[in-house]
Amino acid sequence: MIPVCHLDDLPEGESVRVPTEPPIAVFRTEEALYAIDDTCSHQDASLSEGWLEGCLVECPLHAAMFDLRTGQPTCLPARRPVRTHRVSVDDSGFVHVEVAAGAAGAAGTAAAVAAARAVGEGVSA
Amino acid sequence: MRTVAVVGASLAGLYAARALRAQGYDGRLVIIGDEIHRPYDRPPLSKEFLTGAMAEDQLALSDAEEESELDAEWLLGVRAQGLDTRGRTIRLDSGRTVSADGVVIATGATPRRLPGTTGTAGSAHLRGVHTLRTLDDARALRAELTTGQPVQVVVVGGGFIGSEVASSCVALGHHVTVVEAAPLPLLPQLGDAMATICAALHADHGVELVTGTGVTALRGTDTVTGVLLDDGRLLPADVVVVGIGAVPGTRWLKGSALALRDGVLCDDGGVTTLPQVVAVGDVARVGSSRAEHWTNATEQPAAAVRNLLAGRTVETARPLPYFWSDQYGVRIQFAGRRLPCCTVRITEGSTDERSFLAVYEREGVTVGTLALNRPRPFMRLRRELARGCRTPAAAAAAAAAAAAAAAV
Repeated sequence: MIPVCHLDDLPEGESVRVPTEPPIAVFRTEEALYAIDDTCSHQDASLSEGWLEGCLVECPLHAAMFDLRTGQPTCLPARRPVRTHRVSVDDSGFVHVEVAAGAAGAAGTAAAVAAARAVGEGVSA
Repeated sequence: MRTVAVVGASLAGLYAARALRAQGYDGRLVIIGDEIHRPYDRPPLSKEFLTGAMAEDQLALSDAEEESELDAEWLLGVRAQGLDTRGRTIRLDSGRTVSADGVVIATGATPRRLPGTTGTAGSAHLRGVHTLRTLDDARALRAELTTGQPVQVVVVGGGFIGSEVASSCVALGHHVTVVEAAPLPLLPQLGDAMATICAALHADHGVELVTGTGVTALRGTDTVTGVLLDDGRLLPADVVVVGIGAVPGTRWLKGSALALRDGVLCDDGGVTTLPQVVAVGDVARVGSSRAEHWTNATEQPAAAVRNLLAGRTVETARPLPYFWSDQYGVRIQFAGRRLPCCTVRITEGSTDERSFLAVYEREGVTVGTLALNRPRPFMRLRRELARGCRTPAAAAAAAAAAAAAAAV
């Protein structure tokens, strides 16, 4: 588990880059927290600096879009998915990321989504 | 339409082929490319590919699955040599012809060579002299830069290609000089103040930038040994890279019925003087301008293909100009249209940090933006500019669609 930041420091619609190797981007949408690999699968650009719209993030360099829930690209020029990671918030409100093992598109995505959703609900409650 | 031929198998050609299938065209699709390679992405050639950070297989723009879905006939390593006056028959250098009832011209541009330079053996034949456009160009240059020995590199032209090559050469440990004929590189694009800041990146990394002087001759017998400048200076060189712009690939269209003037003339929808022929990418002069930008090549084809299939212009596409460059670890991004009467000011960050956002304004209206290492605010502004630059036709179509949706 990698500590990211306090939830208060990650307002809705914002994102934070975690300098792991490879780096991870954590997003807070209206609904939930999501974590994906930060580097666009097309070319070297940081998705944490991208444009967040619903559950999609648009790469700041070439406008490739990724679904934060699955890591799948939704339009060109990206063709390969990015990995998704599990996000959790502890009792003190600190956000953590559990780095997924293996390649993009691997199992664990659904769990990450569920966890992130639960956190999102917890936050808004 | 039963056969569509796409002439040009790079970014714009591939996006046109994708758009054809995405828009329901199910006829025969022929893609003609003068390189033997399947479509690949060119921007990394002067950057990650040159330094070795990116391998050749990472450049591919499509994969086997997509290529099978495209269901196209690929004629690669074949050069188109002519288009008949009806715009229906393409003559190839293999002697073969391709007949089509729709043609997409996506033949790009080729690097401009140094005019009037003479070496003792003629500059064209000197080893060590390169241009950089294709994968083969990049392979040849990379081979000379990765021998393990530091060399003297002279880059002729301080534009984005030249600056990126200079940056890559520095990363590989070489000594680099950049020669620019204009008083500053990128002066027309960025204006004096911002061009000065971008030019300073070279000095930041120990690269000498020589401005306001052209190249008289290249020296050497078999291999280049030096670059003689207009001011009489002789710069020693083991490797010379010429990056002084590109000319649109229209030579094969001489004798066709198409209007050519620095590109294939088209309307705002990419339609040429023949309704069954459209042009996209670097070769297309859309409206009154021709853009050699990556984004342009990806954004034009959808509209052009729609117009091709409709037989007339039903959609226009004048994407907001956008280009980027990675030099010396600094990401430069520019969007919009700068006019000579624009003022420019920095709205966040600072030039000293080489991290800032600048806006270009005309009569108080933002018309362009430049960012160095500020991707997030740049992206916001770029989106705002893109919304504002909708063409009347596109805006009208959007309004009509909204009205139709409201009526339902």
